[in-house]
Amino acid sequence: MTVPATATLAGVDAAHLRGPGAQERAARRRDARVRWALLLPGFLGLIVSFVFPLIYMIRMSFNRGEPNGVVHDGFTFETYAQALSDPYYWQVTGNTFYMGIITAVLCVAASYPIALFLARSESKWKGVLIALAIAPLLTSAVVRTFGWMVILGNQGLINTTLTSMGLIDTPIQLANSMTGVIIGLVEIFMPYAILVMISGFGRINPQLEEAAGSLGASKARVFGKITLPLSMPGVLMAALMVFVLSISTFITPRLLGGGIVQVLATEVYDQATGLLNWPFAAALSTILLVLFGAVIAIYGAVIKKLGFNS
Amino acid sequence: MSTTKLTFRKRPTVGRGLFLALVVAMYLFLLAPLLIVVVISLSSNQFISFPPEGFTFHWYAELANQPRFGEGLKNSLITAGVCTVIVALIGVPASLAIQRGSFRGRGMVEAFLLSPLLVPVIVTALGLTLLLGPLGLTNTYFSIILGHIGVTLPYLMRTTLVALQTSDTSCEEAARVLGAPSMVVFGRVTLPIIAPGVIAGAVLAFIVSFDEVVVSLFVAQSGRPTLPVHIMQYVENSADGTVAALSVVLIAFSVLVVVVVERLTGLRNALN
Repeated sequence: MTVPATATLAGVDAAHLRGPGAQERAARRRDARVRWALLLPGFLGLIVSFVFPLIYMIRMSFNRGEPNGVVHDGFTFETYAQALSDPYYWQVTGNTFYMGIITAVLCVAASYPIALFLARSESKWKGVLIALAIAPLLTSAVVRTFGWMVILGNQGLINTTLTSMGLIDTPIQLANSMTGVIIGLVEIFMPYAILVMISGFGRINPQLEEAAGSLGASKARVFGKITLPLSMPGVLMAALMVFVLSISTFITPRLLGGGIVQVLATEVYDQATGLLNWPFAAALSTILLVLFGAVIAIYGAVIKKLGFNS
Repeated sequence: MSTTKLTFRKRPTVGRGLFLALVVAMYLFLLAPLLIVVVISLSSNQFISFPPEGFTFHWYAELANQPRFGEGLKNSLITAGVCTVIVALIGVPASLAIQRGSFRGRGMVEAFLLSPLLVPVIVTALGLTLLLGPLGLTNTYFSIILGHIGVTLPYLMRTTLVALQTSDTSCEEAARVLGAPSMVVFGRVTLPIIAPGVIAGAVLAFIVSFDEVVVSLFVAQSGRPTLPVHIMQYVENSADGTVAALSVVLIAFSVLVVVVVERLTGLRNALN
C-alpha cells in the first residue's frame, strides 16, 4: 500500500495544468506538508514533556552541588567521581542488580505455569482467564504494594497465621526487608511476564508435543525434552523485561523496603527531595539511565537474534 | 456417557492435576494483594491485623470523613482527564501520519514517539522537577499533566497504530476515489473504523495517568497531590481500613475499565 491517506484530490486540478511530473511533485510536497502538520503536535508534546527534562537532567549532573539546593554552575565530573568513589553507591547499585536478577528469576518461574496453561488452553473461559492474569496491571502499584504490606507485615497475614499455629514465636521480618520487596515485585511484574511468555509459547508447534506423546514419551519427558527447551526464548524475553522493569522501580522498594532497602531509584528520590542535592541526584539518575539503556540494548539484540517481532 | 464423545479430551492424570494445582496457586499469589485488601476493607478490627473479628462497612463510610482523599480524587481526575484529551489530540494524528504514509525515517519517527517507554519514569520525573522548579511551575496541574503526556503517549499510540494497521483501507480508498477531501475521509471513514482502538488507548492512557505516582510525587507532592500520592503518604505513616476501602474503590474502578477495554479491543492487544 503506497497510497498515502493524506493525499487529496482537492488541488489536483491546479497541479494537473502543469503536466504530470509537476502534478506528482506537487502532490508529494503537499503530502509531506500534511505529514509534518500531523506529526508536529506529537513531536512538540514529547519534546517539552520528555526530551527537555532528560537533557536538562543530564546537564545538571555536570554541575557541582551541595545539599539544600545550592547548585554551582559549571562543567565538572565531580558528582560522578563522588558516586563512583563511594563504596556506598556501589552497594546501592549492587542491591539494584541483585533485586532485579532475583525478581526476574522468581517472576518467570511463577508466571511460567500460568502462561503455559493459557497458551495451551482451549477453554471458553480462556479470554476471562487471560484478563484475570493481566488485570492487576491496571491497578495502581501503590494499592498492590499496600496489599503486600498487609500480607507480609509483622501483624500481617503470614506472621499471624504462623504464630497462631505455633510455628514461630517472633514474627519473621518479611516487610521492611529486601525479601519483602522482592516478593512484592515478583507479583507486580507477573502480568508482564505472562504476556511476553504467552506470545512466545504461541510460536511452539503443539504437534511436536503430540508426536512425542503418541510415540510413547511420558508427560514429564515431553515437557522436559520438548516444551521446556522450545519455550526458552519466551522465558528469556520475559526475564529480561522483568529485570529492566525492576531495576528502575521506585514505589515498591520505597514502601515495602521501609527505608531500609536502598536501590538506585530510592537513592535518587532521597537525594532530590530529602537532601535537595540536585546535581548528585541527577548523576545517580544518569547512571541508572545508562544501566537501563545497556540492558534495553541487550534486550533488543536478543529479540533480533531470536527473531521475535512483538 | 461422555466417553463416547468424538472430541478429543485430555485424560485427567496425576501430572495434569499437579499442573492445574500449580496454576491455581500462582493465580492466587497473583491476586493475593487485591483479595487481601478487600478482606481488610470489610474487617472491623481497629488496626490492620488478622484474623478479622467482624464485618463492617465502617471504613467505606470513613472515606467521606477524609477530605484529602476527595481533594486527591479531584486532582487526579482533572490531570488524568486533561492529559488523556491532549494525548489523544496529538497521538492520533501522529499515528495516522506514521501508519498511512511511506516516507524516509518513518521507523525513527515511530521509535521516537514510543521512546518514553525506554526511560525509567523516575529519571523523567527528576528531569521535570529540575526543569520546572526554577520556572515556578512545580506543584501545579500543568506540571503533572505535562509529565503524564510523555508517560501516556506511547500507550495511546500503540493501540491506535495497531487499529490503523489491522483496519481495512478499502473504504478509505473508495471515499478518496469518489472525491472526498482528506478531512472528510478521516472524519467519516477512518476515525469510525479505528475508534475502538483509539478509545481503548485513551482509556489506558487515562488509567496510567490516574495511577501514576512517581512523576506526581516529584513534581507536585505538596501542591497538587493526586490520589495515589495521598494513598502513598497515608500508607507510609499509618495504615488502617480506610486506605483499604479506598483501594477497593480503585480496584472496582479498574475492573470496570478492564471490562470496557476487553469489550472494545481485547486487553491483550491493548497492553502488549
